[in-house]
Amino acid sequence: MHMADALISPVVGAAAWAATAGAVGHSSRKLREELDGHRIPLMGVLGAFIFAAQMVNFTIPATGSSGHLGGGLILAALLGPQAAFLTLASVLTVQALFFADGGLLALGCNILNLGFFPCFVAYPFIYRKIAGGHMKRWRITTGALAGAVAGLQLGALGVVLETWLSGISELPLRTFLFLMQPIHLAIGLVEGLATAAVVLFVVKARPEILRETEPATGPALSPRALAAVFLGAAIVLGGGVSYFASVRPDGLEWALSRISGPGAPGSTAGEVHDIAGDLQDRTAVLPDYGFREGGRREPAAATDGTPDGSATGAGKAVSGLVGGLLTLLIAGAAGFFLKRRHNAAARGGPAGS
Amino acid sequence: MGRIERHFQDIGYLDTLAGQDTAVHRLDPRAKLVTTLAFIATVVSFGKYEISSLIPFLFYPLYLLAAGNLPAGYVFRKVLLVSPFAVLVGIFNPLLDQEIHIRIGALALSGGWVSFVSILMRFTLTVGAAMTFVAVTGFNTVCMALERLGAPRFFAIQLLFLYRYLFVLVEEATAMVRARSLRVFNGRGMGLPAYGSLMGHLLLRTLDRAQRIHSAMWCRGFDGSVRVMRPLSFGRREFAFVLGWVAFFAVMRFFNLPSYLGSTLSEFMR
Repeated sequence: MHMADALISPVVGAAAWAATAGAVGHSSRKLREELDGHRIPLMGVLGAFIFAAQMVNFTIPATGSSGHLGGGLILAALLGPQAAFLTLASVLTVQALFFADGGLLALGCNILNLGFFPCFVAYPFIYRKIAGGHMKRWRITTGALAGAVAGLQLGALGVVLETWLSGISELPLRTFLFLMQPIHLAIGLVEGLATAAVVLFVVKARPEILRETEPATGPALSPRALAAVFLGAAIVLGGGVSYFASVRPDGLEWALSRISGPGAPGSTAGEVHDIAGDLQDRTAVLPDYGFREGGRREPAAATDGTPDGSATGAGKAVSGLVGGLLTLLIAGAAGFFLKRRHNAAARGGPAGS
Repeated sequence: MGRIERHFQDIGYLDTLAGQDTAVHRLDPRAKLVTTLAFIATVVSFGKYEISSLIPFLFYPLYLLAAGNLPAGYVFRKVLLVSPFAVLVGIFNPLLDQEIHIRIGALALSGGWVSFVSILMRFTLTVGAAMTFVAVTGFNTVCMALERLGAPRFFAIQLLFLYRYLFVLVEEATAMVRARSLRVFNGRGMGLPAYGSLMGHLLLRTLDRAQRIHSAMWCRGFDGSVRVMRPLSFGRREFAFVLGWVAFFAVMRFFNLPSYLGSTLSEFMR
């Protein structure tokens, strides 16, 4: 459930980056004060462990499918929330850079969805409340299940909201929610079981590891601080999105006029209409058809123009296509030429044709 | 599992590519990181029905590909294979948005198809740029760049550690998985109980290893910072690289080159 660059708008990406940068900075400061760099190797190696853990599957009885450890909750249980958050952030960075899971701009969103929620919400408010400090089997299992489910539900909700706010996907909010949340309920249960299995093993084999991390961390974020974080995020997102919408409306009409080439410059009335439509598009759960109508009329009107002119509707589309192919060709040729020159230079002689 | 193993081979290969010595490889990593971020931000800032004006942005990844002497076929294959999430979400667009958007002769395209193609374009561009960026920079240098650009040192060093031990632990996990699969008959033993102790043991070994590493580093005078042999320097070439590309992105953001070329060409033909 990694968010992808292709699905987010710059405002959402930047807002998530800002929030993530704040959380990473906060966690690093906290850890530096408490631990004096003592836990860096442990965090790094446990991050690598998360990758390794994702390679080992177990079969889920009666379904035929298999599951593996997700990472967030087990790290929080072993390292405490701040260190676990930083570790998860670096795991996601490696995934973004090398596996192309997500992307650089979407990295902020991914760290929020998959790192922040399990470490700063699910762990302190659910897992620790149920299982913290106890070594009882049922408490650990219940805590792990509830924590993993809550973390993944929040993460999936994050994915849905970020996608919806970005407005690149056509999926209506409600449909997307119905698609994402139940799937992640199942994934959460599986992750909870896996987490519980590993924690229970550690409890049996080396209980001092868990005892060591439990008291060292203290409360991660007080409920009030958490509420402030959410409020801040809401303000940044809300403010950012509405600013974006008013400065550069990316509504249907505007997009239409762009794709058919730089057409007539939009009048102010059109712009106002765009802004209104854009806002409407964002606030309505099901996109309004009135706005669509306005957009649809445009190409029809354009094809009604002079039949031979390349400056209208169909002609524009064709010239766009031709121009696109031409640009592609130029870009390809430039790359080919550069590479050839490079190879020639490497061989130490001129390129033979 | 095969997927993850393949990924790790890829990491090794990307590092090999990053070890080359070309003009792009020699650039300061900060310049490349900033330019790549600017590139991605510009690409995703386009409206959702935009296709033609995204095409000029292929220049940047293609430039890195060519100037960095990277194997084009390999990078294309990787971009095609990765993360289907964007495609999965995007494929709903043609189903949900069926308004006719453009007509080319007898062919009518709905808005959904146009925006789906646009999503695929964005995907190719952003993933391609990120991949070529890593292949001409290398992971350790990326970490250094992150730290110099203001990421907490704690985070950057920890990232380096993760990368260093990734291969060790992945090999260990691969061996465990192989050993288990050789001992399992009819799927018995693949369940949760065996999994718990398997992962538990791996975890304990990991923790012990971290302890040993920490002691060893402590003995050798580790004080929480990693020193590098080659100092980073942001010179004239870096400025030229960043300014040149960012100017190109800015121009292409507001000027639709393919459309201009196309209309000029059709004027000319007439």
